[in-house]
Amino acid sequence: MNGTCRAAETDPVARELLQSVVDTARAIFGAAASSIFLLDREADELVFQAVSGEGEDFLVGMRFPAGRGIAGWVAGSGEPMVVDDLSQSAGFARDLAEKTAYVPNALMAAPLLGSGGVLGVLEVLDPAPQARASLGELDLLALFARQAATALAAVLERRAADAGQAAAARVLQDLDDAGRAAGLRALEAVRDLLAAH
Amino acid sequence: MTSPTALTWSLRGRSPADIPVAADGPEVTPDWAWGGSTGRGVRVCVVDSGVERDHPLVGPVDGSFVVLKDEDGIRVEPTDTGDVCGHGTACAGIVRRTAPDCELYSVRVLGERFSGSGDVLLAGLRWAVEQRFDVVNLSLSTTRARFTEELRALADEAYFHRTAIIASAHNTPVESYPWRFSSVISVGSHQEDDPELFLYNPAPPVEFFAPGQNVTVPWLGGATIRTTGNSFATPYIAGLAARVLAKHPHLTVFQLKSALYQAASNVRAGNGLENTTRGAR
Repeated sequence: MNGTCRAAETDPVARELLQSVVDTARAIFGAAASSIFLLDREADELVFQAVSGEGEDFLVGMRFPAGRGIAGWVAGSGEPMVVDDLSQSAGFARDLAEKTAYVPNALMAAPLLGSGGVLGVLEVLDPAPQARASLGELDLLALFARQAATALAAVLERRAADAGQAAAARVLQDLDDAGRAAGLRALEAVRDLLAAH
Repeated sequence: MTSPTALTWSLRGRSPADIPVAADGPEVTPDWAWGGSTGRGVRVCVVDSGVERDHPLVGPVDGSFVVLKDEDGIRVEPTDTGDVCGHGTACAGIVRRTAPDCELYSVRVLGERFSGSGDVLLAGLRWAVEQRFDVVNLSLSTTRARFTEELRALADEAYFHRTAIIASAHNTPVESYPWRFSSVISVGSHQEDDPELFLYNPAPPVEFFAPGQNVTVPWLGGATIRTTGNSFATPYIAGLAARVLAKHPHLTVFQLKSALYQAASNVRAGNGLENTTRGAR
């Protein structure tokens, strides 16, 4: 499992943030459900990390191949997508949809983009009919996903910084007094540098 | 008016009447450009998620390939894996209904491990350009700046070898490539209902607007869905390009773009816009 998925599972702030994103997305679009998948690059899988509405009791943690379906296309292309009339489509990744016990008729999906590429995908299932398949809705979803991704990236960076500080503290403990003083000066300098930028 | 440096990705909140373009030169009508043409004999390649075989709205696919990346590097191989998502099938279906007798090929750059990394997209596009397809539909782009120069060189190579790359603008206002290059024919969506309306953008880099909202398209399993985005405006222009090239096989890419420009609904040659000055366009 990669760092993003691990952090989202174990960090209460990341968990709360992602749950808040899917709850809000569902409310904005009057949708039956909303979910976030995070990309596990090592396993090449998308992982349900937060769900609001249909499936929220059992979907979190479920995985599927990263290259498949609409979420797979969004993760691979970095583009948002909205589709309607899916119930007419017998082949709409139906095995995946049925695995999740919910087959939507309409679906909107947008990438969660970090500085290093796609972190995951935000999906909105069965939005209210007036919120479907127009360019305006595509824009709104992409804007919201951008905000969510920025917040998620900030949480992950903070977590990485905390982990780095903890590791540094462990190293400092093992040093003698002179080494510890030098290490603390170095850490101060790095902190000043970061604050200046 | 949009400032000269502002980018446009699609036509929002403005109608065709809001963006008239005055052009010089002889009038090029749609009838001259593609009237009576079905795209017969023109080779069109869809670089995307693959194309479903035997879809009734796509018809015959003359060749299917996939870009693979592993420890041995990147290579292109024939494949029978079809479409992993539906998006490539949708694009192919729009090309087919626009140019029913063109030859259709597919190179899949999504759905395998490491796809989406930019280099796989580049490899697929390079392969398509090397095959000298007449038209390449690319409803994808990359935001990774390190591929920009390679993509620019590849787009130039296509241009000089008479391969028309029809490239989607990104759906969100981010910088991505290759649609930004003048050597390709770039496309975004308009919001009009007319399924045949296309426009020239007086404020590029997106040069053309075509139908991309609530478009009915073929999808996996022989079905259809409705969808929205620049992705689906692009294959309409690719299909028109195939029809133009079937009727006028000696056109260069710049002549093709010029024909599409002059045949666009909002472009008037000669005295169509007497009061429009160059600076006000």
